[in-house]
Amino acid sequence: MSETPKSSRQKQDFEHALESSDSSVAQFEHKHRSLFDSVQHFLHGNPTMVPVIVLIFSIIIFGFVAGSKFFSPFNLSLIMQQVSIIGILAAAQSLVILTAGIDLSVGAIMVLMSVIMGQLAVTIGIPAPIAIVIGCIGGICAGALNGFLVTRIKLPPFIVTLGTWNIFFALNLWLSGAQSIRSQTLDEIAPLLKFFGESIALGGARITYGSILMLLIFGVLWYILNHTSWGRHVYAIGDDKEAAELSGIRTNRTLIMVYGLAGLVCAIGAWASIGRVGSVSPQSFQEANLQSITAVVIGGISLFGGRGSIIGPLIGALIVGVFNSGLRLAGVDVLWQVFAIGWLTIIAVAIDQWIRKVSS
Amino acid sequence: MSNEIKPVLKARGIVKRYGRVTALNYADFDLYPGEVLAVIGDNGAGKSSLIKALSGAVTIDEGSIELDGKPIHFTSPMHAREAGIETVYQNLALSPALSIADNMFMGRELRKKGLMGKYFGALDHKEMQRLAREKLNELGLMTIQNINQAVETLSGGQRQGVAVARAAAFGSRVVIMDEPTAALGVKESRRVLDLIADVKARGMPIVLISHNMPHVFEVADRIHVHRLGKRLCTIKPDDYSMSDAVAFMTGAKEPPAENAA
Repeated sequence: MSETPKSSRQKQDFEHALESSDSSVAQFEHKHRSLFDSVQHFLHGNPTMVPVIVLIFSIIIFGFVAGSKFFSPFNLSLIMQQVSIIGILAAAQSLVILTAGIDLSVGAIMVLMSVIMGQLAVTIGIPAPIAIVIGCIGGICAGALNGFLVTRIKLPPFIVTLGTWNIFFALNLWLSGAQSIRSQTLDEIAPLLKFFGESIALGGARITYGSILMLLIFGVLWYILNHTSWGRHVYAIGDDKEAAELSGIRTNRTLIMVYGLAGLVCAIGAWASIGRVGSVSPQSFQEANLQSITAVVIGGISLFGGRGSIIGPLIGALIVGVFNSGLRLAGVDVLWQVFAIGWLTIIAVAIDQWIRKVSS
Repeated sequence: MSNEIKPVLKARGIVKRYGRVTALNYADFDLYPGEVLAVIGDNGAGKSSLIKALSGAVTIDEGSIELDGKPIHFTSPMHAREAGIETVYQNLALSPALSIADNMFMGRELRKKGLMGKYFGALDHKEMQRLAREKLNELGLMTIQNINQAVETLSGGQRQGVAVARAAAFGSRVVIMDEPTAALGVKESRRVLDLIADVKARGMPIVLISHNMPHVFEVADRIHVHRLGKRLCTIKPDDYSMSDAVAFMTGAKEPPAENAA
């Protein structure tokens, strides 16, 4: 306690009762927590632990159900390969969702940029590296357009990206003439576009460069979000935009950068998707945006913004991959894979809500 | 206050309009070194707009603001902060999900020394945590045990403490506090009033906005009465009673001529 105020300024009469009261102020009540409460508090502090636990359990369960085939290096590397594109999109999606927004256009940006890269390199004959760079710049512009509409025109992210999703999809059909660029054509003219489909053999595993790229993207974003000012600002904006603004953060500028960076990640994903599919297909990845949201949500990032780790969506994408692979190896019909993922999404959001209640 | 002491923060004829509403109508303001200046006024008198103008949260339409005699034009809270004016907003402007340390350094994070900090923007989490703990300690707020716990896990008084500590730690010229005791209980209010005395004891001038007359009369050196968008008068708490102050701010009584602004 500091020195008492000047004699002319008296404390209020009723406050004299405080002198005999406990002088500690606003301390934590160390009430005994039940195991349930402790789990809730732990998960509140470590929101990524939910998907990690789910991933471990699902691996164990599918290991039993599907047998040793599941654990073969080939199958495990295949899971990585299968989730790589959705994983990259989920990384982009996470950035936007952390700001309490949503980006329905990630899949459309990716396919549009893959078409731009393909058309520039194959039809127009621009050197592949330049085509890729132009595609990446296109991704940034597409994302920044979303960001501009959200911040300057002040439209809800859901509406903006619902609109641009359709706009980008239409542009994609127009530029590609709804025609795929075949694998052989790419091999002849621009093999670099298929780079991320190549793989290194490691034991029985076939690890594609695309899988490595996905891990790399998550690593870089993890660093940016946790160890740079900009990353902390992204969290602060998602948490409470007004408070972030009063703390001196230029929220609109940061938001446009978030959408732009998400667009860039989508464009890099576009390059990887050409390698994954083996061709440039304007009709591919139609459900990718919703799958990316699923991975983010399962990964424990709150749709209300500001909470969750970027590593979560990586785990979320892997969980989806493990479910699909395990159920397939167990001989279960594909429709039940979709069924399972649906429930998983709902449960993930329910857990998120429960964890958030810890503070109230 | 005698005339030879120059105000730290001075505003003359500032105007702020929101559409057809004039929130500030040629208002004046003076804050002298080392004093606690309370700003009181009825709801809608323009207190908040005045504070927002001084803290850079709104840009004024007309008038001038001077800090240490130099004219300033804030267009964002960042400018005011860089100039040494820190504000504790009524809603505290904290990010609930982020840690105490993160919140204290929000918008002015420290980077690591060396290559990582310079080229990769790596933050110096350890140093920020150390400084945050030190600042809270200085203000006797170490009932907060873990500097990395999320702000939302703190009680109302502790949150207020974090916000005040943040302002006191970084404010080099002026600390503005908007209704710091409005949401608090008796005991926690007492703690915040003591915090105000602590900050004042370091020679930092404080602007205190409050509706709570007992609090105002206890800590303020002067009281700025705001009415209808401008300064009505400034009074000393020793010369007038609380009911006088309320009468001035509600228009029930004419302000003393010698103090009229």
